[in-house]
Amino acid sequence: MKPTDITNPDYFHKVVDCQWACPAHTPVPEYIRLIAHGRYSDAYMINWKSNVFPGILGRTCDRPCEPACRRSRVEDETLVNGKKEPVAICRLKRVAADYKDDDVFKRMPKAPAKNGKRVACVGGGPASLTVARDLAVLGYEIVIYDQDPKLGGFIRTQIPHFRLPESVIDQEVGFITGIGNIEFRHQRVDSLKTLAAEGYDAIFVGCGAPRGRELDVPGRKEAAANIHIGIDWLSSVSFGHTTKVGKRVIVLGGGNTAMDCCRTARRLGGQDVKVIVRSGFDEMKASPWEKEDAMGEDIPILNFLVPKEVKHDNGRIKGVLFEKVKAEYDAKGRRSLVPSGEPDEFHECDDVLVAIGQENAFPWIEKDAGIEFDRWGLPKLDEKTLQSTVKNVFFGGDAAFGPKNIIWAAAHGHEAATSIHKLLSGEKVEERPAPGVNIVSQKMGIHEWSYDNAPTVDHRFKVPHRPKQDALKDIMAEVELGFDPALAFKEAQRCLNCDVQTVFTGKLCIECDACVDICPMDCITFADNGDEKELRGHLNAPALNSLQDLYIGDDLKTGRVMVKDEDVCLHCGLCAERCPTGAWDMRKYYIEMTHAEHACRKQ
Amino acid sequence: MTFIAKPKLHHPSLVKNKAGFTRRDYEGAVSTLCAGCGHDSISAAIIQACFELDILPHQVAKLSGIGCSSKAPTYFIGASHGFNTVHGRMPSVATGANLANRDLIYLGVSGDGDSASIGLGQFAHVMRRGVNMTYIVMNNGVYGLTKGQFSATADKGSISKKGVSNPDSSIDMVSMAILMGATFVGRSFSGDKHQLVPLIKAALMHKGAAFLDVISPCVAFNNHAGSTKSYEYVREHNEALNRLDFIEGREEITAHYEPGTATTVEQHDGSLLRLRKLGEDYDPSDKIAAMKRVQEGLASGEVVTGLLYVDPSPKDLHANLNTVDAPLNTLQTADLCPGTAALERINASLR
Repeated sequence: MKPTDITNPDYFHKVVDCQWACPAHTPVPEYIRLIAHGRYSDAYMINWKSNVFPGILGRTCDRPCEPACRRSRVEDETLVNGKKEPVAICRLKRVAADYKDDDVFKRMPKAPAKNGKRVACVGGGPASLTVARDLAVLGYEIVIYDQDPKLGGFIRTQIPHFRLPESVIDQEVGFITGIGNIEFRHQRVDSLKTLAAEGYDAIFVGCGAPRGRELDVPGRKEAAANIHIGIDWLSSVSFGHTTKVGKRVIVLGGGNTAMDCCRTARRLGGQDVKVIVRSGFDEMKASPWEKEDAMGEDIPILNFLVPKEVKHDNGRIKGVLFEKVKAEYDAKGRRSLVPSGEPDEFHECDDVLVAIGQENAFPWIEKDAGIEFDRWGLPKLDEKTLQSTVKNVFFGGDAAFGPKNIIWAAAHGHEAATSIHKLLSGEKVEERPAPGVNIVSQKMGIHEWSYDNAPTVDHRFKVPHRPKQDALKDIMAEVELGFDPALAFKEAQRCLNCDVQTVFTGKLCIECDACVDICPMDCITFADNGDEKELRGHLNAPALNSLQDLYIGDDLKTGRVMVKDEDVCLHCGLCAERCPTGAWDMRKYYIEMTHAEHACRKQ
Repeated sequence: MTFIAKPKLHHPSLVKNKAGFTRRDYEGAVSTLCAGCGHDSISAAIIQACFELDILPHQVAKLSGIGCSSKAPTYFIGASHGFNTVHGRMPSVATGANLANRDLIYLGVSGDGDSASIGLGQFAHVMRRGVNMTYIVMNNGVYGLTKGQFSATADKGSISKKGVSNPDSSIDMVSMAILMGATFVGRSFSGDKHQLVPLIKAALMHKGAAFLDVISPCVAFNNHAGSTKSYEYVREHNEALNRLDFIEGREEITAHYEPGTATTVEQHDGSLLRLRKLGEDYDPSDKIAAMKRVQEGLASGEVVTGLLYVDPSPKDLHANLNTVDAPLNTLQTADLCPGTAALERINASLR
């Protein structure tokens, strides 16, 4: 294998699994260390820069970082007294938001003098807000259009307040509008052409995926009074238009919206609430923790049931008839649901909430406006730049590639803002800026490092919840109470500091094996070089996770190579502590995505 | 040394041996030796060997003298018996312990100062008595604890860290051991675990006095140009005579050897020493040839390593003394005192 090129910023970025997995590439270990230090405002600002909505995401993020967390690969069930678990990254983010200083807004940028260019954002959700933030600080004049009376988009209308209090949304939206040069128009956009005619230099479309998928079964139309589309119903609850629901409620669908629907129903009078999904329980789209929370509120989840007919009595709903199915897999592993042959199941109910998916809809974009769509009705975009077939119109968030989540919306927002700034500065949009990387040795003394290098064996700490009887009584009462500082410290200490990298300098190495002997994970081997497959099998401990790189260091006197399996490294620094010559060093790689602010050469 | 203990977290594929322990279970306290010390690698090799042999930690007695090397037993097999004895007197203590309880596995760890200077007499006698033990000398040619004076194993003409040439003849521990009657003698290098681990395994299972001279560079005081015990020098001058595959008694031999490339020595207890030839023909059971080859190596400046001499039918101290099979420390009054009637009979026979 070729020696590893550690000058490529992606190499060590990839080692920081959480940051690499985060669509916005939030420097997770850095902010977790700051939380452990009690520097909540600093931790908040790191988040704010990367993902714009730390308080919101700290409660609602889909957390792609957590399944990626190295901790969940290296924990030992017997040592931690439980199953392998990642660090509670998401809920630590909330800690930064909960305990930040009141005047943290003073550290946020303010809009400079206007640069004379105007950008319109369609939709007031997280993608548009991110574009607005990134561009307003560069002097752009931003106009955000939304049909709802307040900014926030789906964050405000779809997520129940018992999961995300409105005050948190108000604050974080306020941090963005507080920059200045951002105008909000409570106005539905009905025509792209009309909007374009207002002379904007660029248009960003962040209008989400606003249409809930319909249930197409007999009886749907007749019983319409008691059948509600989940996202519309949640929105109506959010704005206070809907305050009641029947005692027996069936929620159709297995995504996070279904989980929000059923838990909301429990708080509006639903006593016998159940979720019924087509697929198997394990294949449900909802995050495992959201399923857990729903079941914790006495909501059963029934699976492998396909709705067949809504039974009603002259329009008065009786219940839903389901066909029982089972999963079958073809040779290619593709799943299909086929009737199991068992008798149909009938479930009585007073109301049905349909949360079986969302669709994009762009009725306001005229066919001859120049925006091309693919056969799924999604705009044709450049995946990186988010530029549409009209060069000054960009898409982001759910409007770009179909329904995703808030953190993807923020990531798209950053990319689109970069594209817009480059376009309007006369630079090539497709030339993307490299991330900023800061590399500093963490050595403080012979045996001292500037980070806590001893890994703990604590099991993941649970976020305290409000007692169920209180939580179910009040739809505004937040269920999760968040970590207190003491618990947050303990959970923060579970982080392995994967951004503190083991950097190897072959020409200093005397091949004494000290690092090999001390490594608790047996992840370092000195061996004759070979191809990757051969090396992976011949290491001191097999490197079986091919998604994780082998770090190859050369320049050794014996002609061998140093092979380190990045997969299981604890970043405990013992290799560097044991190294007599400094061939190993622990260096912190602070990798930060370059946003619009620094994306252009001409500033 | 390190300030934090070695984390308990381990590689997900870590396996247990037949005794129910993982390799990590054979570790000891975290080492306080200097970073890069060869002794730590030897400790790691001992850990690996004991793990592979399925040894029960409480069946091991590890004894040492005084010095850097003699600190090392603290850093492996934490759940075993043993202590630092008096400087150079480990052999006496090991002899006594072995006499009292022949059932334990005895591992003596010493250094070139402890064994070649103050303990040279003790070393000679423990070998000639055939005490059933493994005697490992972690040999760095220098007094590390007192900051780098030449030890008795430093080669004549080698240069100290301060630039002084050693005027004295060196003591070759391997030659001494063969001469004194050790029945298993090998030499290895802390930087070559592939060679060292099988040697330690075979030595631990050898039923007699087994001696291993392990060159173990002192990174702090003897790893410079001009030293003959540095990592670089030993790697350049290492002349491995054979590669040992130690095969326990009844286990099937799975390794494949081309005809004429391996020598097998069957030991008295049924275990096999399978030696892969590296270059020259070398028969480690020929004592006189072994002494000759070792001396040739010394004369030409080679560091001759591998299994250098083995007596496949060793006799140990207990055999020589014709003691009972039961450990002496388990004998009760009834076993030791035949009673009044027997005394009467003996007295009567003498009247």
